[in-house]
Amino acid sequence: MPLILNEEQEMLQDAATGFLSENAPVSAFRMVRDNKVADGFCRKLWTEMAEMGWAGIIVDEEHGGSGFGYVGAGVLAEQMGRNLTASPFFSTSVLGATAVQKYGTDKQKAQNLSKISSGESLFALAVDEGPRHNPGHIEFSAHPSGNGYVLSGNKTFVADGHVADKLIIAARTSGSEHDAEGITLFLVDAHAPEITREHTPMIDSRNAANISVEGLEVTGDDILGVVDGGFEALEGILSAGRAVLSAEMSGSAQQVFGTTTEYLKEREQFGQKIGSFQGLQHRAAHLATEIEMMRSAVLKSLQELDEDFEGAGMTCSMAKAKTGQVAQLATKEAIQMHGGIGVTDEYDVGLYFKRVHIAQQMFGDAGFHSDRWAKQSGY
Amino acid sequence: MTDLDQFRSETRAWLAENCPEEMRDGDITAEKQCWGGRLWEFQSEAQKQWFDRALEKGYTVPTWPIEYGGAGLSADQAKILDEERQAINARKPLSNFGISMLGPALLAYGTHEQKLQHLTGIARGEIRWCQGYSEPGAGSDLASLKSKCEDKGDHWLINGQKIWTSNADISDWIFCLVRTDFDAPKHRGITFILIDMASEGISVKPIVLISGHSPFCETFFDDVKVPKSYGPGNDSVVGEVNRGWDVAKNLLVHERGMLGTMSPLRGTKGPESLGKFAADHIGLDQGDRLADPALRQRIAQAELDNWAYNLTVERMTDEANAGNGLGAKSSMLKYVASELTKQGSELRMDIEGTAGATIGADGIEYDSLANTWLYNRAYSILGGTTEVQLNIISKRVLELPSQ
Repeated sequence: MPLILNEEQEMLQDAATGFLSENAPVSAFRMVRDNKVADGFCRKLWTEMAEMGWAGIIVDEEHGGSGFGYVGAGVLAEQMGRNLTASPFFSTSVLGATAVQKYGTDKQKAQNLSKISSGESLFALAVDEGPRHNPGHIEFSAHPSGNGYVLSGNKTFVADGHVADKLIIAARTSGSEHDAEGITLFLVDAHAPEITREHTPMIDSRNAANISVEGLEVTGDDILGVVDGGFEALEGILSAGRAVLSAEMSGSAQQVFGTTTEYLKEREQFGQKIGSFQGLQHRAAHLATEIEMMRSAVLKSLQELDEDFEGAGMTCSMAKAKTGQVAQLATKEAIQMHGGIGVTDEYDVGLYFKRVHIAQQMFGDAGFHSDRWAKQSGY
Repeated sequence: MTDLDQFRSETRAWLAENCPEEMRDGDITAEKQCWGGRLWEFQSEAQKQWFDRALEKGYTVPTWPIEYGGAGLSADQAKILDEERQAINARKPLSNFGISMLGPALLAYGTHEQKLQHLTGIARGEIRWCQGYSEPGAGSDLASLKSKCEDKGDHWLINGQKIWTSNADISDWIFCLVRTDFDAPKHRGITFILIDMASEGISVKPIVLISGHSPFCETFFDDVKVPKSYGPGNDSVVGEVNRGWDVAKNLLVHERGMLGTMSPLRGTKGPESLGKFAADHIGLDQGDRLADPALRQRIAQAELDNWAYNLTVERMTDEANAGNGLGAKSSMLKYVASELTKQGSELRMDIEGTAGATIGADGIEYDSLANTWLYNRAYSILGGTTEVQLNIISKRVLELPSQ
């Protein structure tokens, strides 16, 4: 498959560019942030996105989705990254939809996928239990009890956790805290009284929550995938998440770089455009080159998810590593090249800097993923 | 089955039948490639057989028109041929500067008669070309070149010196930039001319590099007479007199394209991963990680960057095939490829430690890591330095203002 978008995907990109610049530009994100909107996003906007088929972008058409696959999801995420669009898209339409579509039973699919596609049900994935991503470390417990399990434990930094209707929780059904074996995924009602959710404000002004569960009784019907073998499913969901987060960061990096080169062409000091100084030109040229490398990595990971979902894990990891590095470089250089105004709240570049910081950490930073790559490569 | 699927299965079958086993070792080093030329001697029967069979099919230059020795393949077909060739790890049947640099420039600027003579000679492996661009006083500032070319009625008279002419001592012809007008602005007095290296007055002197080896030469022109024409419609000058800079720039884009699509981490040691190489030399710690954590991180970063670079070559090729030409973005590939090439051999030297720095009694062996490591310093200098590439990206891709 050529490493470029096909005609259908390009049309989706055009539609997303047009819609988001009109309805969800950075100023819309600022409104949500400055008015401390409790949901952390605009419900009306989400409904409109769902009507366009975005909420079900990877969901099969038989479940009301638009069947665009992961390249389609990435195309949308990239444009959202350009506009810093706040929405439940990532948690619900990527993580939730992947979990149910790839690992759910027919019944779970029937119950959940059409509600994801219509935008009416919001999902969140609860994995991490500490401040640094570590999906191999799961203490959250699921004790066998009668016909089912009792869930208890704590999860941190659950994206969209406080607004979700459904939670996918990685819990330990056997083994000890560092074993990959013995993890099981549960799909539970987020509104259950045994679940406490606390919104944790983050520097990117997007949605994250701490979640604690006290003695929530669940049945075998609530298991997503295989008992004790949930790590593989978790990795699959995380891989999809990593690729789409990379697409989002790629959009942010390209946008902020565009803003920066425009500024280099306008701003004058010492009687000339600052973009004529070689000290800045070479840094900009290096960054432009790195952005090209990043774009290739992102598209490859999305294509692999569509072609060979189970085999795409390492590619998604590498894309996440490269993208995290390049997007951080892009946002840091954006601030530096803008000078004083780059560190003001009024200018957008700082918003990108903060969002990219969170996105590059989420589901593993470059260090996490290059360690993973090296280990798999035998060194 | 689409036409392209059909082409793929035919190509696969043709390769399976015609590419000799010995040519399927994926070797892309300069020593193993088939260069062609008057002085060329095949290194093995298999190499000759592979060349002959490819030639018959037009596959030494697959995308060139059939009338000039190519196979007239479309970009999509050429990509399939490349993929299928790489799938069986086959070498290219012929590679040299005629194919990668002069050929594309002639296709764009040459007359039919020029193409007929020179492209056919390249395609058939009969003529090996070298490049006469740099001069002692014209390196990064190439357009300041001073080799003098005078109009003497029925011939041109050339005096001057070229430097860094790769393999000038074993090449048959040279494509050369000369100054035909010393009064015009520097870009407007340059002419692109084709010269037989056997011409009287040309002398060549190899340049010994820090490795002790010498792929480069100095080339001197003392009253060299070059015919105005090699036959009807077949001038020695390509394009217009004093407008050679356009041809030169076009050719530089192809040179960068070639240099930019090398596979940087593959050196003399074949396609083995750097990390595996390190694990074998240094060993692992108790957590199965390389025993040198700082080196481990550098290797992982290099492999990550190399992976993203290879994908970018693939993506830009696909974009070009879809009609969005690479243009000045070839400078990005050249920049990254040369930096990664240096980095790859630096890492190997660091992995090998003092063993890598030990040389033979007669100096540094040609096929040693040390030679590769030393030679690789040149990659970010030749074909336009890294700094020149960054200038080009700033100016042509980002369109930043000039001072």
